[in-house]
Amino acid sequence: MMDMTTIITDLYMARADVFLACAALILLAVGVCLKTRAFHRIAIGGVTALVLTLIMTLQQDNSGDSITLFGDMLVYDRFGVFMKVLVSIGAISAIFMGVRDLGDHVIGKFEYVILILLATLGMNIMISSNNMLSLYMGLELQSLALYILAAFNRNSLTSSEAGLKYFILGALSSGMLLFGISLIYGYTGTTSFPLIADIVLIEQTDMVSMGMLVGLVFILVGLAFKISAVPFHMWTPDVYQGAPSSVTAFFAMAPKMAAMALMARVLFSAFGELHSDWAQIIFAISLASMALGAFAGLVQKNLYRLLAYSSIGHMGYALLGYFVGGFTGVTATLVYLSIYLVMTAGTFAMILSVRNKDNVAATNLNEFAGLSKKSPVVAYGLAIMLFSMAGIPPLAGFFGKLYIFKAVLDGGYYTLAVLGVCASVVASYYYLKLIKIMFFDQPSAHDDYVVAPSRLLRWVGVPSVLFVVTFIFYPDWLVYEATQAALSLR
Amino acid sequence: MNSGEFLSEYFPILVFIAIAAGISIAMIVGSWISGIRRPDREKLTPYECGFDAFTDARHKFDVRFYLVAILFIIFDLEIAFLFPWAVSLGETGVFAFWSMMVFLGVLTIGFIYEWKKGALDWE
Repeated sequence: MMDMTTIITDLYMARADVFLACAALILLAVGVCLKTRAFHRIAIGGVTALVLTLIMTLQQDNSGDSITLFGDMLVYDRFGVFMKVLVSIGAISAIFMGVRDLGDHVIGKFEYVILILLATLGMNIMISSNNMLSLYMGLELQSLALYILAAFNRNSLTSSEAGLKYFILGALSSGMLLFGISLIYGYTGTTSFPLIADIVLIEQTDMVSMGMLVGLVFILVGLAFKISAVPFHMWTPDVYQGAPSSVTAFFAMAPKMAAMALMARVLFSAFGELHSDWAQIIFAISLASMALGAFAGLVQKNLYRLLAYSSIGHMGYALLGYFVGGFTGVTATLVYLSIYLVMTAGTFAMILSVRNKDNVAATNLNEFAGLSKKSPVVAYGLAIMLFSMAGIPPLAGFFGKLYIFKAVLDGGYYTLAVLGVCASVVASYYYLKLIKIMFFDQPSAHDDYVVAPSRLLRWVGVPSVLFVVTFIFYPDWLVYEATQAALSLR
Repeated sequence: MNSGEFLSEYFPILVFIAIAAGISIAMIVGSWISGIRRPDREKLTPYECGFDAFTDARHKFDVRFYLVAILFIIFDLEIAFLFPWAVSLGETGVFAFWSMMVFLGVLTIGFIYEWKKGALDWE
């Protein structure tokens, strides 16, 4: 039986997540009672809740060492704080974008904000998980909220299709994940990451059982679905295209961070000793993601499909850090993920400000023709983001790739580094193509797209541009934080 | 633990499956042999919740029935949780009490939401 004082202490230590859960429920009850402007008011409440959660999370960081709560179910360490900051930034930007994209629309139901809060709560649990069961609980809480968000525009056929597709493939991946967990449990007798690590260490002197490896492969398959790594990426372009634009922005930011964090926990906390075994899998999906992200993006006409392939490619680069392993590899991945998050937030903020007279955001590449005439500021901002994504120095995206390839070269994988750079060169074609369309193409005769950024979009776009441009002057703090986070992971 | 030893721990489950299969086959065969059969049209059509089994599947159907059914399931499950909780509360103590209170609190928020949203209004 659980001791009541331990529970209360643990709840207090986990106050950030407990607060977020309570805030989401209270906002749900308040929102349904509001008669007018429910979306905007709940959005204010939601952002406040996320900021307060972030402050509480950062407070907990000062206490130093990692702590485990609820009978080793959750672990709070610097790695968790780092990833939670990223997830919260993604969630707050998504709410800001949602206000512009959905706020004045018929489908602008306030539940959008609640679902983002609940998804963020799930992601925080995923990031902190120290046990297969808390892993699965966090993952499902996140996924269920995301399924609804994907189908949020229920009057639209493509949005419903996106939701259904994401739901079915998500359920399939959850099934595989659960099967993997059950195999791991069967062969180790425990679901706790530290205990699994102990058993792996003991078994390694003799021989690791095949069943455990098969279980690990299934878990990796389940997680690869969530970060849309090739060959489990099939849902990504359709969902990105079908879901409402601000939801797509959220999908491209927060869930990727959480799933990558979860992958790090499973790979390094639980199966760190099996690095040579799982590294082959990470190698394969990383290389395939980089290649497919680069080549499939070339033929896309729809901007969201293009960004989907772009994100697949970016996840491939991020996975290279895990492939190399060790704290240099994890640091490189964390730096890459942070920069990817900011670039994605900035790109979506720019894209969402280009709208036609029905207040629908531009979706096709040729709808961006002549953007530099309509609004030079947005065109240059978007161009900076795209150059950064392509990895052109001296922008932040270049440094993200630099740290990754440096880690890869330090590990001695020269062929892989060359292949990665080649993929990056190919991918830069489609980023440059969009820049060319914005600056050199003439808009069609019946083009009615105007640039109409809201204040909130500026709040996302301007800091992103500043971050990307000025990163070269002070890269140290991010690298330092990432190193600290990577060191605490074990 | 070697694999032979490991599998032998599952032997009782194999026995259990064999017994379960035996009993169910015996029941089906027994009723097949000893049952009295007076078939008519209604008995032979598959049971379809009051609908004709072989009509157009794209049949207009009030979505409110589904809504009520879904809402019913939530509270039905709540009761299913509450009974064992109430019976064992003496042993599980104050932790179990507050766990259930949190669960009921979350459920109440959901109930307020569906009420305000008008999911319970028939018209």
